[in-house]
Amino acid sequence: MAMVEPRSTKYRVLASHLGMLAFIAIILFPLLMVISISFRSGNFAAGSLLPENPSLEHWYLALGIPYTGEDGVTTQPPFPVLLWLWNSIKIAVVSAVLILALSTTSAYAFARMRFAGKGFVLKSMLIFQMFPPVLSLVALYALFDQIGNHVSWLGLNTHGAVIVASLGGMALHIWTIKGYFDSIDRSLEEAAIVDGATTWQAFRYILLPLSVPILVVVFILAFIMTIMEYPMASVLLVDTDKLTLAVGAQQYLYEQNYLWGDFAAAAVLSGLPITVIFLYCQKWIVGGLTAGGVKG
Amino acid sequence: MSDGYASVRHRPAETCKNIRRCHRATVINGLTTMITETLSSPGIESRHSMTRVLLKWGALAALVGAALYLILALYAQREFVFAMLFLVLTASAVAVFVSKKLYAHRYIFPAIAGMGLFVIFPLMYTVGIGFTNYSASNLLSFEHVQENLLSRTYQSEAVRYDYQLYKTEEGYVFWLEGEHQNLTSTPVDLESGERSAPVLPVSGKPQGEPLSIREIIQLRGELSDLTLITEDGRELSQASLRSFAAIHPQFTLHDNGSLTNNQTGVTYFPDQETGFYRDGDGNALSPGWTVNIGWDNYLKVVSDPSIRGPFFEIFVWTLSFAVATVVFTLALGLLLANLLQWDQIRGKGFYRTMLILPYAVPAFISILVFKGLFNQNFGEINLVLEGLFGIRPDWFSDPALARTMILIVNTWLGYPYMMLLCMGLLQAIPRDLYEASAMDGAGPVNNLFNITLPLIIKPLMPLLIASFAFNFNNFVLIALLTGGAPDIIGASTPAGTTDLLVSYTYRIAFQDSGQNFGLAAAIATAIFLVVGALSLINLKLSKIKV
Repeated sequence: MAMVEPRSTKYRVLASHLGMLAFIAIILFPLLMVISISFRSGNFAAGSLLPENPSLEHWYLALGIPYTGEDGVTTQPPFPVLLWLWNSIKIAVVSAVLILALSTTSAYAFARMRFAGKGFVLKSMLIFQMFPPVLSLVALYALFDQIGNHVSWLGLNTHGAVIVASLGGMALHIWTIKGYFDSIDRSLEEAAIVDGATTWQAFRYILLPLSVPILVVVFILAFIMTIMEYPMASVLLVDTDKLTLAVGAQQYLYEQNYLWGDFAAAAVLSGLPITVIFLYCQKWIVGGLTAGGVKG
Repeated sequence: MSDGYASVRHRPAETCKNIRRCHRATVINGLTTMITETLSSPGIESRHSMTRVLLKWGALAALVGAALYLILALYAQREFVFAMLFLVLTASAVAVFVSKKLYAHRYIFPAIAGMGLFVIFPLMYTVGIGFTNYSASNLLSFEHVQENLLSRTYQSEAVRYDYQLYKTEEGYVFWLEGEHQNLTSTPVDLESGERSAPVLPVSGKPQGEPLSIREIIQLRGELSDLTLITEDGRELSQASLRSFAAIHPQFTLHDNGSLTNNQTGVTYFPDQETGFYRDGDGNALSPGWTVNIGWDNYLKVVSDPSIRGPFFEIFVWTLSFAVATVVFTLALGLLLANLLQWDQIRGKGFYRTMLILPYAVPAFISILVFKGLFNQNFGEINLVLEGLFGIRPDWFSDPALARTMILIVNTWLGYPYMMLLCMGLLQAIPRDLYEASAMDGAGPVNNLFNITLPLIIKPLMPLLIASFAFNFNNFVLIALLTGGAPDIIGASTPAGTTDLLVSYTYRIAFQDSGQNFGLAAAIATAIFLVVGALSLINLKLSKIKV
């Protein structure tokens, strides 16, 4: 590129590289530290970034295996981490499927059909999406208490309640999918309809196969957002064996029962898969996230 | 409507001059008629569609039946708000799925219903709670409180029997010795959970040795649940380890709504202003019920010094926290985005992946990681600081340091998002602008303030407002990192120097022993107004076309 470059450029480039590397070192410090701590023995051990006496005790406990130390004392796993991870994944998969199904059909109507109140509904969805559910927790608690009196699998302390409650946050996904549908030429569907296809068939056999990329993105987004949901799950779930990872993980760091090393192993074990999924899909996810401003 | 569709359909496609317009008309007019056409077309198809219609109506009827059952059950329990909610939901579901005019609404109904049920209804319900005294001491409705009080009993000292327990082969037999008569029971199978037994007057004691006091203590759980019923229908329950006494209802309800305590003779009148039964001296009877108290919760926030002080301190901190977070994350994100956009830098992919790592790690994990790293005694950050500078800052007990820590952590969490936003926006700026400025001898700082910022600030603004609103309500960060600590001194509700308004309401509602849901809902309503205003501004700024 025929860019005019001042003479000092070389030094500026070098300075930028050094600056960014130093910054990355600071940024990664907490993450590297946690990996290192998960291999130290004991819950209070201090030490360097590379542990001097690597021990797998925290990893045994995080995987739910009782650990017997060199002194012969057997430690039981403090919390069912794998069960929490499983709960989280179960809830997140089911709600991501539901969210995907419902927001795709809604987005189809918003993108292709004309009906009364469309603009109003779309705008209201954008507004209400900004209200955090944590503010109406009292009402949500009362709501699920009432439902639970009659439909037990949707009451308090059930995974059904958490799954159903996550359906309140579909507005963002509807907007994302609608934007994608808008970018697809509608003449294909119209041709199908002229040939006698129903609206549903045009949607199911023509538009949906064309939209697989955005559906994958929305599924992953919904999955990650449900896994990370904390406030509602913390109020709705009570029993230790029902908790999700996001609610359960904090129990490691209570003042009275400070299990720093055990936490580190559990955090790496459960955080790594989610981080890898996110990094792998970041190209597609970023577009969806920047549209709504949900995180950070 | 059906004419519009049919005519288009039966006309050969080539005769339609403007195919696109024709097709659009088809889509719009034909939406509803296609279903009817399929259903009414003759032959095999119609038999097939008959089953579909039957299935459809069967499923609808089953759903409506289940919903009506739920509504009636809620209505019977006097939960009118919830009964109304589900009535509206069911009615609109039926309307949408039966009416052909509302065909398009079928597609959006589940999503809208979900939002209505889990976003809009809780929001309105919360606003409603803000005007009541709903709290741990006023939890139930008036009817439930009355029911609760009327079901209470007490034991009279007047009718009292000493007892002895005999173990026989058929079960345990009671021997009751009273002032006027002695009673004995039929054998009771205590272990298998029998809860009541008749007693009859007799003259002679049962055979054998009575159980010792130690054996009776072992049975105390079963004994305390047991009711003995005399011939004239009087109920006796265990009064002490050695005696049974008659049970009477504690309260009698009068026609004017007052309750008299049969034991003390005091009469209580219902006070619908405060939601308690009160006697003549104003002493309240627990539990209370939920009543509407108007603007009292809001007045309390403004007038009660032990709430007003903490509330305003938290409000100011919430605002500064949200502003500071947006400024810090934007500054850092913009700087890094600029560097990553620079042609001279190599290894962009590596830098990019490393720099968005904090964003990829689930927040609930990284916040807890920081909580451990900042720990005053065992945390690695204090170990490093002590090694380098010989200091051990009290991150969790000094308000200023705790706030600094929160800002550090939140900047770490939030800058990648801003960086990604800025990278997208920077790509849209024409390169020749920088070319021209370089010719004029402008440096990077000049470029930033005179080209980059003015060009990206407009599309960035709605996203910055969204980020502000998100951080204004960043509950997870506070709940997991500090829990609001250190506490504000002199506050009557739980309030901490690092609490945001949203975690403050959470603590009032769920962590305080008083569980003052009414006050929490009033503060939540105030936050709703702030968020609502922000999102309206945002909608205006982003000029969204629908």
